[in-house]
Amino acid sequence: MNNLYFIIPELFISLCVMFFLVLGVFKNNSSKIIFYFSCLIILVSLAINLNIKLQGKIFLFNNSYVVDDLSLFIKSIILISAFFVMFSSYNYVKVNNILKIEYPILILCSLLGMLVMISSNDLIVFYIGLELQSLALYVLACFNRDNLLSSESGLKYFVLSALSSGLLLYGCSLIYGFSNSTNFNEISQNFDFEYGVVFGMVFVIVGLAFKISAVPFHMWAPDVYQGSPTSVTVLFAILPKIAALTVFIKFLYGPFLNLFDEWQVIIIFLSIASMILGAVAAIGQKNLKRLIAYSSISHMGYALAGLTTGTNEGIQSSLIYLIIYLIMNLAFFSCLFMLKRKDKFFENIDDLSGLSKKHPILSLSFLIILFSLAGIPPLAGFFAKFYVFMAVIQKEMYFLAVVGLLATVIAAFYYLRIIKIIYFDPEQEKFDTSINFGLKFTLIFSTLIILIYFLNPNFINKYVVNILVI
Amino acid sequence: MFPILSSLIILPFIGALFLIFIKSTERNTGIKYVSLFITFANFFISLYLWRIFDPSISAFQFVENRIWIEGFINYKVGIDGISILFIILTTFITPLCVISVNSTTKYRLKEFLIAILVMETLMIGVFCSLDLVIFYLFFEGGLIPMFLIIGIWGGNRRVYSAFKFFLFTLVGSVLMLVAIIAIYWISGTTDVEKLYELGIQENYQKLLWLAFFSSFAVKTPMWPVHTWLPDAHVEAPTAGSVLLAAVLLKMAGYGFIRFSVGLFPIASIYFVPLVYTLSLIAIIYTSLVALMQEDMKKLIAYSSVAHMGFVTLGIFTFTHQGIEGSIFQMISHGLISAALFLSVGVVYDRLKTRQIKDFSGLVNIMPKYAIMLMIFTLGALGLPGTSGFIGEFLVLMGTFKKSILTATIASIGVILGAAYMLWLYKRVAFGDVLKTIDVNKMVDLNKYETIVLSSLAILVIFFGFFPEPLIKTYTVSIDNLINVFNSSTGLNLAENTR
Repeated sequence: MNNLYFIIPELFISLCVMFFLVLGVFKNNSSKIIFYFSCLIILVSLAINLNIKLQGKIFLFNNSYVVDDLSLFIKSIILISAFFVMFSSYNYVKVNNILKIEYPILILCSLLGMLVMISSNDLIVFYIGLELQSLALYVLACFNRDNLLSSESGLKYFVLSALSSGLLLYGCSLIYGFSNSTNFNEISQNFDFEYGVVFGMVFVIVGLAFKISAVPFHMWAPDVYQGSPTSVTVLFAILPKIAALTVFIKFLYGPFLNLFDEWQVIIIFLSIASMILGAVAAIGQKNLKRLIAYSSISHMGYALAGLTTGTNEGIQSSLIYLIIYLIMNLAFFSCLFMLKRKDKFFENIDDLSGLSKKHPILSLSFLIILFSLAGIPPLAGFFAKFYVFMAVIQKEMYFLAVVGLLATVIAAFYYLRIIKIIYFDPEQEKFDTSINFGLKFTLIFSTLIILIYFLNPNFINKYVVNILVI
Repeated sequence: MFPILSSLIILPFIGALFLIFIKSTERNTGIKYVSLFITFANFFISLYLWRIFDPSISAFQFVENRIWIEGFINYKVGIDGISILFIILTTFITPLCVISVNSTTKYRLKEFLIAILVMETLMIGVFCSLDLVIFYLFFEGGLIPMFLIIGIWGGNRRVYSAFKFFLFTLVGSVLMLVAIIAIYWISGTTDVEKLYELGIQENYQKLLWLAFFSSFAVKTPMWPVHTWLPDAHVEAPTAGSVLLAAVLLKMAGYGFIRFSVGLFPIASIYFVPLVYTLSLIAIIYTSLVALMQEDMKKLIAYSSVAHMGFVTLGIFTFTHQGIEGSIFQMISHGLISAALFLSVGVVYDRLKTRQIKDFSGLVNIMPKYAIMLMIFTLGALGLPGTSGFIGEFLVLMGTFKKSILTATIASIGVILGAAYMLWLYKRVAFGDVLKTIDVNKMVDLNKYETIVLSSLAILVIFFGFFPEPLIKTYTVSIDNLINVFNSSTGLNLAENTR
């Protein structure tokens, strides 16, 4: 019974998923109710999660499940962002005719998968969580089934993701073969330098790198981002990345810690490649969702840079990076949801032309968000990079720091291009101004955080500094 | 103690927030008065600050120190004799910009004024900050409003210029960021005062100096990274050019004095030949380029590069006269270049062209304007009796002590400066009035323009005859800087004689 206390959020969500499935069968037109109830459920599980107090780490179910500071914190972050994602996208979902009962249920399923994945302390539990979230996401990607691009993106995501899952599973089996256990604690004790083990580790890293779309495993991201309904794209951009990066931390600083020298090179390579490719490839994009896909690739590169350090400061800087990244993405996609004219949503960069004349507030938010994404002080995006490079330079990895910061200059170019189109170009027809409350709230809230973060950086940092992984 | 510096920094920002909530009307009177009120209030606060500032103390005054990021970085501001002059320059130039914007710009006036006020906050912040990270925040933050000022209110090629300005500056600055973080890990602090005491290990100094140099050299701008400046100036609206020339360029000169010389004395000595060479090239080459310009703004922009060459030359002589001259040159260039850009703005508003060949004989139709332009032209070429002379003279004097050859070559730059400025004045003001000029449009200076230009002219002449108020303010601070420099290098390379 004691075991169950710590997994109440997970239990609660899974029970609700089952209940909703039944409700959806018996009640007609229940999709709207279920959508709002799902938001509520996420909030309730967030509240439960915040109330769990613990000292140190707690292992459950024969050490296969762990609840610690890191997992609790990331769970809260994921639940909060899931709430805002749903809260802000209701209008989009309704207008695009994808408000079916399965939609919120699938989101809840993937959420459940992420929570399991974050808390897992065993290869098998981890894999179950990963697959649960991925399967739900495949379906969500092609949820707009009348749309050719959406179906294509779902299929593409499924095929490539299945391949990476296969690699990951193969890596897990190698690890099991060489360490005689699937449990993280035991693996880290039995782990020593052997080629088989290193191979296993590389496969696992490849599988995880695919999930966070780090270069060279990023090919799926732009197509899937563009094809999926925007309300799902924002999900892709935020939730799986946070979950997968946390698992990255758990793997690298758990079972693989003895192989630090081996994986450090790999992560540095992934990080530099992502930063540069993300910055260069985004320059030619015309579609905002595609552009943000490349931008998130490069952002993941910076988050990975923090992990290369092997210090608690590095991990904390990556976590802060993730939080600020998710706030910026939430804000950016909220802006995208507002580009609606006569029940049609716009997602090309050219559609923003001259936005500033008719929508001054929306363009100001765009301005703040884009400069923040580019990492210009004093906005929050700068501090995200600042902390990461603090950690990187502490370890005297100047090359990584200089390359990373020069990549921000390249990246600044395409963010500036959007600002140029918004502010300097001739104006177009006005967009709809009737915006529902959830969207407005999300946009204003997240933009304000970005803008005034510099006044008191401690208000995010203080939650992170207590998380000691090593 | 009342946080006077913080209020100086935050006041324009509050004004900008206030402006957002004022509805823009046809005549925009509310907006105009609020922005004027805020900038003038700031100007008077800074004058009051100058009054209560004690120039005989070498330490930083009005220091505020607050915890900002726990156990990591403090928000620390404070001023010495060097920074206070730049603050006053900023608070003096900004209201002039606001006046000139108010009377000329119609298009999105509110946003323009907001950008200028935000810019003022950031510029004052740069000159106040005593922590490297805080300095970097203000220094970089200035890119955002300036990018918008050039991009939204600029000329035909404004997009190109705005991008060039932004990206050039950003490349230099990110290297400085790496250096700042490295300093934190090497010395354990980014507090400038503490760093002055601790000093930075010798083996790191050269690389760190280069990283800082990359940022300041772009901003100064030094040859060969000066190319963004003519573009930015030509395309920027008048007020943007004024802010850029009068204050933004001075951030780099200030940075050289405060950080490059102050923190990395050994590296500074090591890199003297590099700085001398680049400065001389800037002085001679850009003067020659300025001779050939057909656009008035471009000519003044190139002359700015040449004048800033004197500034860098003076700083890296490490003599009292040289540094004194550099600071004086910066202040005086701040006044004169601002005035010249405003003067170009005056005729541009009337005729919508900046080409020199489109103007001739203005002395016949705009006598008041011609007098003003003459004062500023003579100031720019460094005629004795104007503030331009004192700066250049002191710099050359300092340079003579160190290297006669360098000083001789730099003196040629003074002659070239006289050549292009006088030729410009001859072509624009003298001769017959061109037939293409619509005489009815070319009315003489109106009320606002007269106020703005004559206040600048008075200062240019006043400081030309009485440089003492400025020199008295910063002389102790320079002595202190040179003492720090001597003690940390262990050499008595920097002479501390007056």
